[in-house]
Amino acid sequence: MTVKTPIYLDYSATTPVDPRVAEKMIPYITEHFGNPASRSHPFGWTAEEAVEEARDEVAKLVNADPREIVWTSGATESNNLAIKGAANFYSGTKGKHIITVQTEHKAVIDAVRDLERQGFTATYLAPEPNGLIDLEKFKAAIQPDTVLASVMFVNNEIGVIQDITAIGNICRENNIIFHVDAAQATGKVEIDLEKLPVDLMSFCAHKTYGPKGIGALYVRRKPRIRIEAQMHGGGHERGMRSGTLATHQIVGMGEAFRLARLEMKAENLKVRRLRDRLLAGLEEIDEVYVNGDMDHRVPHNLNISFNFVEGESLIMAVKDIAVSSGSACTSASLEPSYVLRALGRSDELAHSSIRFSIGRFTTEEDIDYTIALMKSKIGKLRELSPLWEMHLDGIDLSKVEWAAH
Amino acid sequence: MAYSDKVLDHYENPRNVGTLDKNDPHVGTGMVGAPACGDVMKLQIKVNDSGIIEDAKFKTYGCGSAIASSSLVTEWLKGKTLDQAAEIKNSAIAEELALPPVKIHCSVLAEDAIKAAVADLKSKQPA
Amino acid sequence: MSSQHAFFDNNSTTLLDARVLEAMLPYMQHQYGNATSRHLFGRAARQALDQAREQVADACGAHPSQVIFTASGTEANNFAIHGMASNNENAKQIAVSAIEHPAVTRPAFALRERGYRVAVIAADHFGQVDPLSLEVALEKPTSLVSVMLANNETGVIQDIEKLAEIAKSKSALFHTDAVQALGKTPLDFESLGVNAMTVSSHKINGPQGAGALILDKRVDIKPLLHGGGQEKGLRSGTENVAAIVGFGVACALIKQSLEARATITQQLRDALNVGLKDLGATIFGEKSVRLPNTSFFAFNEIEGETLVTALDRKGFAVASGSACSSDSSEPSHVLMAMGVSTDLARGAVRVSFGANNTQDELNRFLAALHSEVQRLRQLTAVAV
Repeated sequence: MTVKTPIYLDYSATTPVDPRVAEKMIPYITEHFGNPASRSHPFGWTAEEAVEEARDEVAKLVNADPREIVWTSGATESNNLAIKGAANFYSGTKGKHIITVQTEHKAVIDAVRDLERQGFTATYLAPEPNGLIDLEKFKAAIQPDTVLASVMFVNNEIGVIQDITAIGNICRENNIIFHVDAAQATGKVEIDLEKLPVDLMSFCAHKTYGPKGIGALYVRRKPRIRIEAQMHGGGHERGMRSGTLATHQIVGMGEAFRLARLEMKAENLKVRRLRDRLLAGLEEIDEVYVNGDMDHRVPHNLNISFNFVEGESLIMAVKDIAVSSGSACTSASLEPSYVLRALGRSDELAHSSIRFSIGRFTTEEDIDYTIALMKSKIGKLRELSPLWEMHLDGIDLSKVEWAAH
Repeated sequence: MAYSDKVLDHYENPRNVGTLDKNDPHVGTGMVGAPACGDVMKLQIKVNDSGIIEDAKFKTYGCGSAIASSSLVTEWLKGKTLDQAAEIKNSAIAEELALPPVKIHCSVLAEDAIKAAVADLKSKQPA
Repeated sequence: MSSQHAFFDNNSTTLLDARVLEAMLPYMQHQYGNATSRHLFGRAARQALDQAREQVADACGAHPSQVIFTASGTEANNFAIHGMASNNENAKQIAVSAIEHPAVTRPAFALRERGYRVAVIAADHFGQVDPLSLEVALEKPTSLVSVMLANNETGVIQDIEKLAEIAKSKSALFHTDAVQALGKTPLDFESLGVNAMTVSSHKINGPQGAGALILDKRVDIKPLLHGGGQEKGLRSGTENVAAIVGFGVACALIKQSLEARATITQQLRDALNVGLKDLGATIFGEKSVRLPNTSFFAFNEIEGETLVTALDRKGFAVASGSACSSDSSEPSHVLMAMGVSTDLARGAVRVSFGANNTQDELNRFLAALHSEVQRLRQLTAVAV
């Protein structure tokens, strides 16, 4: 079997730009350059047309009105804009309490933390061990002054899908602005914003085969949601977000979302088949634990803990496959994944987790190679592991008193 | 993170992996670290009758640098007396393996493992 | 737009250099890693960012560790204003010049909601920011001063070293928007004596989607975007690797060719000015030290918008003000600050050359300008 290594199984960190997307983008950085805000000459007009066409495509994927789509530099900015923008706008009338979840992306958590420094209060809900939110606990967290709730659609580490409709309905009943980070959801789950009770939704291109550096925020028009701008300047994007728009990147996001709309169904079937194959293969290894609910989960994600093996050495061992242990955004630190800890996983299992994320260009050969590699490397590392040896000797590691460092 | 060639070599081809009989009076066992911290090192040394370390084995749960640090010290320990063994400093390990600052704790752990193994052995020997 | 259309609006945006595009393409295709990932794909992206950081630093006379990448110059300006204003709890004033880009003035005025006072530093008839006006403003405790290095409309270059020194003597931090200066005039962050400086990629034949704040690391700055902790925690968000790589290469190219670019554009600009004078135009900021590529002018009794549209039909892209404000019919705030009459200001047209413009284009432009000015003057005369 010959496959080209390293095999890329880190589609949740970022996806390759689809060649069809790149092809569409390139003319806009070479021939049709121009500042879309320059209204006085056709260089600007062509750019503006392309931007509006892309806005239509983004809107179509999520069944929204193009006028509800605001361009940003990515999901981090969308999340910051939505959370700080809505919280600041509505705090005067509704109050200063925010509800979010411990397993949100850092961009959401840190934006809420920033608001706390400005006098807001926040509840960080703990998810159930399967990663999903208990709706009753969500209801219980609501206070009279709750202004905003932010819950992600699809978790970046464990791929679980929250019940956005149910949570949104609760928010509606309680007059709470509801923001959803959908960076990991586009092209993976159906999103219909005509039906979903969601006020603000964050998107980015580079998790859906588009370029990095571009994202969007959905801002509902009916009923109209207002946000306070966080970036001020030329008054682009109807005053909600200033700064020169990168035309080629917007065009890329539009094309990426168009392709996602057309190909999502077929792609999900293919990806699910590969994911199930991977899971079946890895489950042949002893002492593996899947993190997160398997039923309410996108097929693209498989997050597994390999007991008695340390995470970083595991990553080193599997350098022929590009995967991540914990979220890409936190892997610079040596902390075990905060998402897995929020699920109640032990530090050891959190440390030894690997996120395999499968995508458009993954092949069956890639999966088979990965299974074989994991079996051999896990075997080798366990041979090295004093914990595995103790486990085989029947020692209950939770009862051992460690000479903690 | 870029690993040095020496770390990679020890990681790919760890020396002296294994287990000695911990009940053997000539064997000292040191186990340091904790799973929750991401590193557990088990180091064992076996001395001959003249007090020279004639064998050393390790098992390590930890990152590449932790594995390399423990693999390296098993090589260094052989042929040393217990007193010489106790003199091995983490800085020497870190230097030999060119560990980056964030991995210095791996060399500290290896030094601690040696000390723990020596102490264990000494505790077994008649006073 | 025809291929004959000449682009004389290089202060708005610029044509991407083919060499920049070539450097970017791999990062738009097979080099797609997330720079935060630790595997091979991620490390390749990280290395590319490191190189770009060096190139940008080099072009700005800064150290690579002082470069914080953002998605645009606007973001870098917002970051500087919002992030540095709160450095001194006892100084609830920020001072900005009257000729700043909206990406500086709007975030500054937005701070009023957080209890800040905004002092506006006056400019003189020559387009120069007035040091005396700054000194007056600084009589109130001030946390931050922001004055642009070169104005986007007039091209007038400010004496930043002097202004920064005044600010420093009053313990105020100093930020300069150098978006228009980079690539057109030598730039040295260290010798300017400022604490922070904004630069942008798409003004120097780099791609849109990348900018940077050059920041003195001793300054305590608050992030604008919170999240994954990229850029040492100062600017979260997955790095736009392709755009940043492009920005880096564009910086390396201007570093090599700064003088040549200045010479080419200045020759065109000076020749244009001779033609403008013959036609009786007023050239704004003419007596000041200016960027070599920019000419901002007006004809009495000809609306700027009208002339721009007429020239566009003849195949020339020029601007009636900064692109960001060309939606509005308000006369240029820069000219208002300079004390130009509203009537004359309404006639303002900006020509900004790039190194890829040619003498041939200029000759055609001068001919077109001549005939359009004559035609429009006749129309105006009839209307009166």
